[in-house]
Amino acid sequence: MTTVIAAPEQPPSTGVKAARRKGDVQGSGRLAAILLSPTFIVLALVVGYPILAALRESLFQRGQGLDAEGFVVEGDQFVGLDNYLDIFSGSNASVFWGSLWNTTFFTVTTVVIETVLGICMALIMHWAFRGRALVRASVLVPWAIPTAVSALLWRWVFQADGVANALIGQQVLWTTEGFQAKLAVIIADTWKTAPFVGLLVLAGLQMIPRDVYEAARVDGASAWHQFWRITLPLVKPVLLVAILFRMLDVLRMFDLPFVLIGAQKESVQTLSMLAYDEASNLRYGVAAAYSTVLFLYVAIVAYAFVKLLGADVIGEMRQAARGRRRSARLRLRFRKEVSS
Amino acid sequence: MVATPLTKTLRCVVAAGTVLAMTAACGGGDSDSGSDSKGASAELTGRGPITLVQGKDTSGNVQKQVDAWNAQHPNEKVRLIELPEEADAQRQQMVQNAQAKSDAYTVLNLDVVWTAEFAANRWITPLPQEQFDMSKFLQPTIKTGQYRGRLFAVPWKTDAGLLYYRTDLVKKAGASGPPKTWDEMKQICDKVAKDGVGCYGGQFEKYEGLTVNFSEAVHSAGGSVVDDQGKPQVNTPQAKQGLDFLAEGFKSGFIPKEAITYKEEEGRRAFEKGKLVFLRQWPYQYALSKKSDVKDKFDVAPLPGPNGPGAPTLGGHNLAISAFAKNKATALDFIKYLTAPEQERANMLATSEAPTLTELYDDAELKEKYPYLDVLKESLLKAKARPEAVRYGDFTKAIQENAYAALTGTKSTDQALADMQAELGKLTQQ
Repeated sequence: MTTVIAAPEQPPSTGVKAARRKGDVQGSGRLAAILLSPTFIVLALVVGYPILAALRESLFQRGQGLDAEGFVVEGDQFVGLDNYLDIFSGSNASVFWGSLWNTTFFTVTTVVIETVLGICMALIMHWAFRGRALVRASVLVPWAIPTAVSALLWRWVFQADGVANALIGQQVLWTTEGFQAKLAVIIADTWKTAPFVGLLVLAGLQMIPRDVYEAARVDGASAWHQFWRITLPLVKPVLLVAILFRMLDVLRMFDLPFVLIGAQKESVQTLSMLAYDEASNLRYGVAAAYSTVLFLYVAIVAYAFVKLLGADVIGEMRQAARGRRRSARLRLRFRKEVSS
Repeated sequence: MVATPLTKTLRCVVAAGTVLAMTAACGGGDSDSGSDSKGASAELTGRGPITLVQGKDTSGNVQKQVDAWNAQHPNEKVRLIELPEEADAQRQQMVQNAQAKSDAYTVLNLDVVWTAEFAANRWITPLPQEQFDMSKFLQPTIKTGQYRGRLFAVPWKTDAGLLYYRTDLVKKAGASGPPKTWDEMKQICDKVAKDGVGCYGGQFEKYEGLTVNFSEAVHSAGGSVVDDQGKPQVNTPQAKQGLDFLAEGFKSGFIPKEAITYKEEEGRRAFEKGKLVFLRQWPYQYALSKKSDVKDKFDVAPLPGPNGPGAPTLGGHNLAISAFAKNKATALDFIKYLTAPEQERANMLATSEAPTLTELYDDAELKEKYPYLDVLKESLLKAKARPEAVRYGDFTKAIQENAYAALTGTKSTDQALADMQAELGKLTQQ
């Protein structure tokens, strides 16, 4: 960043000055590297190593055969990309594609519902009314409950003689295979995480200056126009971050379907559950392969999201930053000229 | 070598900390166990402090027994390590301990279905069968501690399904006693199972309970899930009769629809609310139901079958010694201590967990406290173990998958059993 910005404003100067300046940059670069190295080492240990270890693991298989006495043959066996080929086209490929579909389906549906509900919640909470603090605090409760616990709570709600069936007056077996199981997961997930989106959006709303609305009102803009033309565009950067967080979260969804509906229910099985299942059956190679595929999927989705929707957010921010810097520079130059 | 367990633990911790669901990667990757593989046949030597590893000691009685042992053996003290209540979580921790080749765990309290996996992976040591008086144990329980005919774990606590029935309704139907066959059961239900009262329930949710209930039905019909060589035998007329009993039950309403979501507790609640005439359940429910609304209106009987009493599935826990532990001689003595009549008797009095020694089932005091003991003994003697499978997780999954499909009607019973046979066949080939 520094070099990019420094380049255009570098004034025509003598060679000595330039050399010293270059040396400065190098020196501070080295210092920066030294100062940052603990961070990089920790990151390499905590993020880099597990990813590489998982990648390596995904190329091996172990303990799959029995010897004559019935003991498991020990030792790692390098199998190349076999684990990956099995995932995409082996006998369990349909399970993988099913889980990929479930993961994607949950991501799209829950994120859309949670965004809409979250915005509504934020708009309501943004109004000044008595007891607003209480509402804000209580909205946080679902978010504060651990997912496994809330999944248990929802399992009681959705059991055969539970509250859900009493309310709709029908006997739906929510936890059996089928679309109703998906629906149960979506409802429980929305209950839990719409407040999260709501709170983030609320923070964004509070940053919008009031005079913008006053001006709009003077111009005779309707409430809908105010929302569509002012609120939404101004809250968009925050909203996109909230959506990105939610997407990354849902793509890894595990505990909610696992506890609420149960393990090995194909209609709600997600990629994380598949990886868990393989690992608990001691097939670490396959499990690592599933995890890697999930990792890549999450990375691609996040990248695409940032590219498609977030690109101009970052662009705007950069532009704004550049604009601010330019005006600062201008002011500085002006002052210099005045003083000299 | 010394660093290996540590690096592995570190790797697991590190991996668990990341957001990338990469936890799957732990489990170690070093194939350096040339010398350790002999551990499986090593002598049981060494004396000193050991640990006993099991799920939560909810009654506190195990700690009491450990304390009594420690008072007598000041140099060979036992420390109780409690794992989570969930069986899966217990297994996971024991597997991790074994893969790190750690000596932290000595005596392992294994669920009966884990024996084969732990033995085949050389995680537990073979035990000297001649040092235990095997004739004193309930014969079906011994098999649950064996792998390929060798003793790897000593039966400690056992369990078998019983038929809980409503005495008042059975009487109202004009029957002289609890049903002995499936047909008798249906006849009773035809008369009294109406107005929101269902007939028969069990554990039919897609989990281990379904495997138990399925194999129970198959064994009761005279079939078997695997034969003596460990080869699957589910594509037989007997197995079909067993699965048909359950699948037809759901179709005809003899088993209420919501029973497909029942685990143990859901079934118990339904029975205690008076919504079931019959329930297949473990003995633990007896004491609980004695405090419920149906306390004076129920009793237990052996499970029925198609032509007479059925064959329940064995549950329970066995004691084994970790192959990587120190002080195995002490561990062996401690197992002998826990499985001695006095200790098993005291344990049942405190916890209601059924003992594995035959003589205790004729003990007057126990019988008075647990009136179902005669029925339980009769059931246990007819009980069958679940298959001895090294990859039990895959094995039970294949059973659940297909049995569930048959019960929910997405597959015919013929199709489900054919598929199950094929999948189980693949698993036992290797």
